[in-house]
Amino acid sequence: MATLEIRDLHVSVEAENGPREILKGVDLTVKQGETHAIMGPNGSGKSTLAYSLAGHPKYTVTGGSVLLDGEDVLEMSVDERAKAGVFLAMQYPVEVPGVSVSNFLRTAATAVRGEAPKLRLWVKEVKEAMAALQMDPAFAERNVNEGFSGGEKKRHEILQLELLKPKIAILDETDSGLDVDALRIVSEGINRVRSTGEVGTLLVTHYTRILRYIQPDYVHVFAGGRIVESGGAELADKLENEGYEAYVKGGASE
Amino acid sequence: MADVQNTTGSTTAGSIEVGTAGAGAQLAGPGTGRAAVQQPIDARVAVKPSYDVNDFPVPHGREEDWRFTPLHRLGGLHDGTAATAERGEDKVEFTLPDGVTAETVGREDARLGKAGTPVDRVAAQAFSAFEQALVVTVPKDAVLTEPVKIDVRAEGGVRFAHVVIDVKPFAEAVVVLNHEGTGTRAANVELLVGDGAKLTFVSVQDWDRDAVHVAQHNALVGRDASFKSVVVTFGGDLVRLHPRVNYAGPGGEAELFGLYFADAGQHLEHRLIIDHDTPHCRSNVAYKGALQGQDAHAVWVGDVLIRAAALGTDTYELNRNLVLTDGARVDSIPNLEIETGEIVGAGHASATGRFDDEQLFYLMARGIPADEARRLVVRGFFAELLQQIGVAEVQEQLMEKIETELESAV
Repeated sequence: MATLEIRDLHVSVEAENGPREILKGVDLTVKQGETHAIMGPNGSGKSTLAYSLAGHPKYTVTGGSVLLDGEDVLEMSVDERAKAGVFLAMQYPVEVPGVSVSNFLRTAATAVRGEAPKLRLWVKEVKEAMAALQMDPAFAERNVNEGFSGGEKKRHEILQLELLKPKIAILDETDSGLDVDALRIVSEGINRVRSTGEVGTLLVTHYTRILRYIQPDYVHVFAGGRIVESGGAELADKLENEGYEAYVKGGASE
Repeated sequence: MADVQNTTGSTTAGSIEVGTAGAGAQLAGPGTGRAAVQQPIDARVAVKPSYDVNDFPVPHGREEDWRFTPLHRLGGLHDGTAATAERGEDKVEFTLPDGVTAETVGREDARLGKAGTPVDRVAAQAFSAFEQALVVTVPKDAVLTEPVKIDVRAEGGVRFAHVVIDVKPFAEAVVVLNHEGTGTRAANVELLVGDGAKLTFVSVQDWDRDAVHVAQHNALVGRDASFKSVVVTFGGDLVRLHPRVNYAGPGGEAELFGLYFADAGQHLEHRLIIDHDTPHCRSNVAYKGALQGQDAHAVWVGDVLIRAAALGTDTYELNRNLVLTDGARVDSIPNLEIETGEIVGAGHASATGRFDDEQLFYLMARGIPADEARRLVVRGFFAELLQQIGVAEVQEQLMEKIETELESAV
């Protein structure tokens, strides 16, 4: 069973006056089949955690370790991490002009699976996944994220999640900017992937809204660059009622 | 009704510099609220064209049409020194479908100089100094099923070349002029497209890294004729091409496509002029370039003139650049000058984008390795343009060239 182990992770970014530490010792274990919600106020470092796990070059790991089934993730390049089974659904997916969605998806699937998927099966697979996310087939011929609405971008991220079948899915604020219908469709997509029991999900979110659709096994409160409280789904209810004030006032958040 | 757009957009980041001088369309004429501009319309056409090099002063680099060109890398083509330097030789191979003739003729041949006159000193130098010209003729009504190929391999030294492609009325031809090897070269290419004829002219600059090539392409598009120019520039130290279109009668159509890939230190410059002085003609320009490496420099200047007589003109021009690494520079300047509002449409667009770290991260985060990610983006960038060339053999050859360029990617 795939397990992601994050131990005492410290991460910095280059700021004007030298490196600034954002993650200050994160400990977390995510197992296949589990769903962990990471919740925290703005600036608490939760997105930094997501991007650091995927290997974004902006972030420098200064201490700690990240292991996927015992393999050192931090030693891997960005594409190696994806091939090892780490997937990051981004909050702000970037436009890639000139590259069609269908070409992009097939290239990604070929890279992650290690061989080109059989064309006929692949076409069917993409078609079904798109239909499930209520995406127009014409979408496949558009350039990646170019001119996509907020909702389209997020559906496109979840489409990739469904097709690439990672071991660990990190969903960075997938719920932000979505209206209720889009949130439901996207959440259903995430739940389809979860229901296979083959993915460990790290759901990074500011709001509890998405947790009405996606039931987490664990909720972690993130503040000041580390996890300050962990609990079950009931912790989300507490946050819903009380907000992050208690954690921010403690000076834990920046 | 005139549909005039001015959509000069540019995305700049890092070390990209995008020229904006003169980028705004100068609009005049009915409906624009401005008086029609009297001659001279534009600095670039205000220079009186001439076949004689002595009619042009030696450029110093501050002139509008020379300001982007590193004159010291021209091998003396601009200041007369090349004219007295040792001349080089070309090896030329022809592929001539049945009926097509290729002749080497002297300077006095009456068929020379019909499509247009040199507009700058280097083109005039080429005209003043060439010894023999090549005349390729596609006879009237001949519809070629295979391309005419002219494979030029330059073997060093200075060359002044003159080529005439004469496509007679109602003939249809694809002509590929391929350049390889090295040397310092100035040339005039005349493209005569007879009434009702169709010509696709492909000029490939696949030079060795140290070549210098400056050329003016003059197309004269006949009544109801179609002309397609495809300019592909990969090689050379300095390449400066000047494709120009004039119309000999109404109903003519010109499409000018260009594709360039500048590597470290290369200067690739394309300056186009489409002179709409005849009613009911169309033009469409699309040039796309990629750049990688320190001091890779691309210049694109697209001038479209719609003169008062050119009622019913329909024109659009576009330039896109993709900067793959730091240290490259793009100057992209579309100009649209309109003297009549009684046109179908006129527009232009220019944008320079960057293959940036965020795009790379996004693609890599989906398992795609860095080099493949770059290929994916560049292929996608050029694919749409390649499809418009319409000559399968040429398209395949170009895609291979692009792949080769990408393999040398930094």
